Amino acid sequence: MTTPTEPYVLNIGPQHPSTHGVFRIRVVMDGERIQDIDMIVGYLHRSMEKLAEERTYTQNIPFTDRADYLAAMSGNLGLCLAAERLARVEVPERASYLRVIFAELQRIASHAMANGTLVSDAGAWQTPLLYMFREREKILDLFEMTCGARLTTNYMRIGGVAFEPPPEFWPALLELVDELPERISEYEELLTQNEIFIARTRDIGVISPEDAINGSLVGPALRGSGVPWDLRKAEPYCIYDRMEFDVPIGRNGDVYDRFMVRLAETRESVKIIRQAVENIPDGSHKTDIPLALRPAPGEVYGRVEGPRGELGFYLVSDGGPAPYRFHIRAPSLINLSLLRELARGASLSDAVVTLGSIDIVVGEIDR
Amino acid sequence: MTDRHSELPATPMARQIIARRSLLDAAKAAPVSLKVAGSIVLLGLLLVNALIGFIVVDGQLDGEWYDFRDLGYAMERLRIELDEVNLGPWLSYWVTGLIGGLGILSFIGGFLLIGSWIERRLLARFQVRMGPNRVGPFGLLQPIADALKLMQKEVLIPMGADRLLFFLPPVLVFVPAMLAWGPIPWAPGMSYLDINVGLLFVVSITSLSVLAIWMAGWSSNNHYALLGAMRTVAMMVSYEIPISLSLIVVVLITGSLNLGEIVAWQTDHNVWLAVLLPFSLFTFFFSSTAEINRTPNDIAEAESEIVAGFHTEYSGMKAGLFLAVELGNALFVGALVATFFLGGYGLFGLEQWIPPYVILAAKASFGYFVFIWLRSTLPRFRIDQLMTFAWKYLIPLSIANVLVVAVETSIAARWEVEAIFIYGSFAVVNVILTVIAVRTWARVAGYSSSFERPEPPRVAPMIGGLKAARRIKAGA
Repeated sequence: MTTPTEPYVLNIGPQHPSTHGVFRIRVVMDGERIQDIDMIVGYLHRSMEKLAEERTYTQNIPFTDRADYLAAMSGNLGLCLAAERLARVEVPERASYLRVIFAELQRIASHAMANGTLVSDAGAWQTPLLYMFREREKILDLFEMTCGARLTTNYMRIGGVAFEPPPEFWPALLELVDELPERISEYEELLTQNEIFIARTRDIGVISPEDAINGSLVGPALRGSGVPWDLRKAEPYCIYDRMEFDVPIGRNGDVYDRFMVRLAETRESVKIIRQAVENIPDGSHKTDIPLALRPAPGEVYGRVEGPRGELGFYLVSDGGPAPYRFHIRAPSLINLSLLRELARGASLSDAVVTLGSIDIVVGEIDR
Repeated sequence: MTDRHSELPATPMARQIIARRSLLDAAKAAPVSLKVAGSIVLLGLLLVNALIGFIVVDGQLDGEWYDFRDLGYAMERLRIELDEVNLGPWLSYWVTGLIGGLGILSFIGGFLLIGSWIERRLLARFQVRMGPNRVGPFGLLQPIADALKLMQKEVLIPMGADRLLFFLPPVLVFVPAMLAWGPIPWAPGMSYLDINVGLLFVVSITSLSVLAIWMAGWSSNNHYALLGAMRTVAMMVSYEIPISLSLIVVVLITGSLNLGEIVAWQTDHNVWLAVLLPFSLFTFFFSSTAEINRTPNDIAEAESEIVAGFHTEYSGMKAGLFLAVELGNALFVGALVATFFLGGYGLFGLEQWIPPYVILAAKASFGYFVFIWLRSTLPRFRIDQLMTFAWKYLIPLSIANVLVVAVETSIAARWEVEAIFIYGSFAVVNVILTVIAVRTWARVAGYSSSFERPEPPRVAPMIGGLKAARRIKAGA
């Protein structure tokens, strides 16, 4: 005789070791299987988009630090590019190079964090995370040298960057760039052939290219499914059209592929940084703009390829010093929307790993 | 670059790290000649000590009550003396029993204090960080500070919990963990419970804790705790079988259920059962990780999934008891592995001058070290993968292992050649059979494509949307 099991509700979060922030999932479970999930966001809502309407464009840059707090530089860059297009500000070439260097450093740091927490979710108790933190620490040290802050950098400005990097920045950067490929090979040796890790991530959370497009996925989650879409190639901004780099794409669309795509992207970022350091011209690092920038009335949607995917800024100007409307298209929020489909019918352990592979940042989801 | 920058690292954090160079770094920086000389001096001291012990002690102290290598003799002498006092036979047994029990408890208690410090420091070393180093020298007092903190904390009882069943488990899980140490032989005559069914006693006592864990999970009125308890029960019941099967093999070879005699057999034949029975060792060790919730099988307390498993709702010293039991169990499994497979208190004659209980403690600590090593290295299995592994791989292979060893023992009983030749050939045969069996069985039973070497991501030859993705996929 079999007795029917009764579904029950498990509340994961807002405080839970693997929700990557204050994010809550209400899970209906049947034994170890997930029947349905309900994602509840908003615990970190700070009303950024409304507050931004009261501040000038430059004053809004710190908001982008705090939206995606693991990739502050990319947020800075996105807002600055959008505002520059709106106000028709020219950027000196040296500033563009500096922006690319810092955005790619940020991508390496963010991917290290994402991959580390993913492996930590799979049960390797913090060791890969802390190994990846070694490199992240060095990158944050570089940020600290340049702009004084490690996480909330607030480094880029409309028309350039805030500061010229100090003289000791360049040797430290070169040393890091020489060291990184070795480190990435080390992670590949340690993790990518580990049978337990493969058994936990292969064929788990598979997203087909069609689903990925329909779900409007972006970034490594999209490329892991095999769709070759990268804004740095498709719609080059700054000086990416002068750089030589490849876009790695996955074969299966599972958790393992998303992990591997991030690891491979780190290598490509190192390549880009090396080229940028070799070719950086002399000159000014910023254009002077009026303190209260008053763009002509109009609207603009500027987008960059952040570590988590297409990070868009929609700005509307009414001719005043503050934007009439300020909206962030957050990749984490949109990537997260597919989690429900992926988690249904999976076991709890698989759902946790899938969530880790999507790589959300709650500050960006709630804003 | 200015001079100031070449001397000082550029960031405050890097400067702090340089300023706090540890003693270990100073030792590392010593010249190679000094290191070599130091090692030679240490080795020489050890050798001289061993020679003196061999010349002075060899054979003269055997069985004397002041022979500190085997405290069992002293206890036996004490019992005889107390019997002569004529206060009734109960006195001698109570006094010696209490002293022996206190001895074991103080050893485990001491380990529970130092063990958490060792684990945290070692984990930190594996993870390129420092570990606890603030309380006392090298952070040695950290466990005491932790215990004090746990004792001061309020013990919460969640709303809707079954109060009696919630109260009992920390106690019920602690008692078998201590009892199970009874039959472990620390020296030839030094065993707290020298019973002839010692192996059965160990297996049955250790499986008691599953009841306490189930009680804890059920009574907490918490779904995480319930999930953790269900996982634990399923896992422990499944892994009892491979454990028992691997120990049956030990009994077959040695012909005894008494732990002391199992060790004596290994000492007499000058061989460790780990060499003779490699597959049993592997099965026992792997299954033990499931029994005591250590990585890679710590799914009962999978931190990233179900927070803390069955003891999610426990706070204060009650949670502390669960953690202490976990720590003690790791050492206990180390002691069992040492006893069954690594020659127990024996070390090829060295036990003549090193106290045997020190040897056993060292071997058990080595087992504990391996657990820490695994914990810092491996990810975690999923529950269904773990159950598959038990029922499809370990149990059939263990049964085959029992058959092979049964045939070998009957050969050993009939074949009249030197014992060293018999067991030497068995060791070779068993090692080869183990390798072949593990490899072929992995191919036969449930070989899944997910274990194949996955291909790395490919480079996108073009940029585009769905059409490009389809073309790339078709072209490959």
